[in-house]
Amino acid sequence: MTEYSVEVKDLTKRFGDFVAVDRASFSVKRGEIFGFLGPNGAGKSTTIRMLCGILTPTEGTGSVSGFDIMDEQDRIKNIIGYMSQRFSLYDDLTVRENLEFFGSVYGLQGARLRERMAYVMKMADIGRRQDAVVKSLPGGVKQRLALGGAILHDPPVLFLDEPTSGVDPVMRRTFWEIIYDFSRNGKTIFVTTHYMDEAEHCDRMALIIAGKIIALDTPSALKAALPYSVWSLRVERFIEVFEEVAALPFVEEAAIFGSDIHIMTKKGFPLKRELAGAFKVKGIKGFSIEEVGATLEDVFVSHAARLGV
Amino acid sequence: MKALKSLVRIGAIAGKEWLQIRRDTRSLILSLIAPALLILLFGYALTVDVKNVGMAVYDQDRSTLSRRLLEEFSHTEYLRVKRHISGYREMDRLIDSEEIALAIVVPRGFERRFKAGKSVDLQLIVDGSDSTSATVAMGYVKAILANFNMDIKVSELKRIGIAETKMPVEVKSRVWYNPELLSKNFIVPGLIVVVLSIISALIASLTISREWERGTMETLITTPVRAFELVFGKLVPYLFIGLFDVVITVLLGYLVFNVPIKGSFVELYMLALLFLIGTTSLGIIISSATRAQVLSVQVAIMVTYLPSFMLSGFVFPIQNMPLVVQGITYLIPAKYLIVIIKGIALKGVGAALLWTQILFLAVFAFIVVIASVRKLSLTLPEN
Repeated sequence: MTEYSVEVKDLTKRFGDFVAVDRASFSVKRGEIFGFLGPNGAGKSTTIRMLCGILTPTEGTGSVSGFDIMDEQDRIKNIIGYMSQRFSLYDDLTVRENLEFFGSVYGLQGARLRERMAYVMKMADIGRRQDAVVKSLPGGVKQRLALGGAILHDPPVLFLDEPTSGVDPVMRRTFWEIIYDFSRNGKTIFVTTHYMDEAEHCDRMALIIAGKIIALDTPSALKAALPYSVWSLRVERFIEVFEEVAALPFVEEAAIFGSDIHIMTKKGFPLKRELAGAFKVKGIKGFSIEEVGATLEDVFVSHAARLGV
Repeated sequence: MKALKSLVRIGAIAGKEWLQIRRDTRSLILSLIAPALLILLFGYALTVDVKNVGMAVYDQDRSTLSRRLLEEFSHTEYLRVKRHISGYREMDRLIDSEEIALAIVVPRGFERRFKAGKSVDLQLIVDGSDSTSATVAMGYVKAILANFNMDIKVSELKRIGIAETKMPVEVKSRVWYNPELLSKNFIVPGLIVVVLSIISALIASLTISREWERGTMETLITTPVRAFELVFGKLVPYLFIGLFDVVITVLLGYLVFNVPIKGSFVELYMLALLFLIGTTSLGIIISSATRAQVLSVQVAIMVTYLPSFMLSGFVFPIQNMPLVVQGITYLIPAKYLIVIIKGIALKGVGAALLWTQILFLAVFAFIVVIASVRKLSLTLPEN
């Protein structure tokens, strides 16, 4: 037994000239919730698909629970659960039929199958809908069924590709409770998301942009490593002001955060005083500014800016 | 243990597939009702027997003898005298409007010349645009005229005192296996084979492409299911449908078209299964290759319908084809099943006499099953 559930070294996937994943290297500890955070098209799904055997890597090596992703796919397929980004269970079967089918495919039978199905239906709260044909179900229920299908055979490693996309905020909470619960039972969870706030739930996370992993650590360490102070500016007509602010020489980075503007400056920069001076010249009045703790979004924005994307 | 797990997975896939077929009205109609409809439709439409050919008579002579001659034409089911006309213009119109395919003209002075002991000419005008019917109809007319001549000759001979006359050569033909030479007896077996190949390939061709289109293939790939388990699991329900269609089509041939089944139905059934394994797997190959349902259907119809119709010996005799094309026909499984069905149904021969056909079908099935497992790659396409 290795300490790591997933180990990847220089994993690369090229589609023609396009490099979808560029020499990604990382390790996921056993029992960890490992997040892959990045915008759409960054290479998150491609990475997950290579680990699950859906895509063959162009270069590099990787292993899941010690099994090589190139040579031991058959072993890997027995110990992973996978939930794809797009709903991909049978929508012309009922909830129960889907679970029975996937259960049998994983070799579950008889009492064990019934027990696991009962557990999944309770956990995902889909028991009441068990005889409904899937296509008649609302999106959220389908999503829970998909998650249920992925954990049905009690896999030690779970790959979730954007499990909460298109799910309402309340449901997203439920999802994360299930994921936590899973992790407490010693399972490894590899999850991709493009929701910054969700990434906070992860034990460790990798930021991925344009196929490259640009940072990898715990969420708090990533935030602490940010070489900037983050400020929140509240002002009237913030969209127009944003342009002015972003152009100021001492502003390293500016981004709109709801109806506020987040400004990054060098650590210890006296932004309050300098901004007041600059605004006076430009005739901007009625603003408030305070230093705030960095969020993962700030971390992301700073890295994205550094890479020019 | 490993084999058992494989069997469980094959069973799971077969069961799931069966549920999906049952819930899909389109598949059900295609697989259970369409074959019967096709057999009925084509069974009635595809007849090469030339019957009830419309004809017109233009009697310029209007004599006893001309009436006696024309009378002969109304006693056959092959020809039907539709009109008595009185001019070429009318004949022209009737042929153009396809009301008649031939016309016979008895010239003026027909009886007079005959009585004078001179030979007389009849004019037969045939619409050659449908050359098959024209040739056959001309044959009928000539046969009727030959009979008529014979009758007259015999009565002439009797008149001059020779009572017993014998032809030097008399043909006594006896047609085996299809005594009435009914074309449906060879068309229906061919039709059954064509329908089986189209339907089995068609319904199977949808199955893998549907998994790709709906994204369920992506989930399947991450499960322990192997390619051969997926192929076998999908083959099972479609073979059952195919076997059901064999019963339906053979039964219709028997009940509606009176095509006899002289040999063993069980043997016919087993050999049809062998054939279906090949064609159904062919559908699966197509499905894996195209990964799109619409395209699968088109390809499936192309590769099954045309060859099994044109190159199987069903409609066009293989011995009349150029050698290269004759060679190609060896690759068409329909060719073998047609021989088998004709052999068992019409001739009542046993499987023992059909071993060449059986061997070819088995080789075809084996190759296609292997190819379908190979073709079904369980990774996403690279683009």
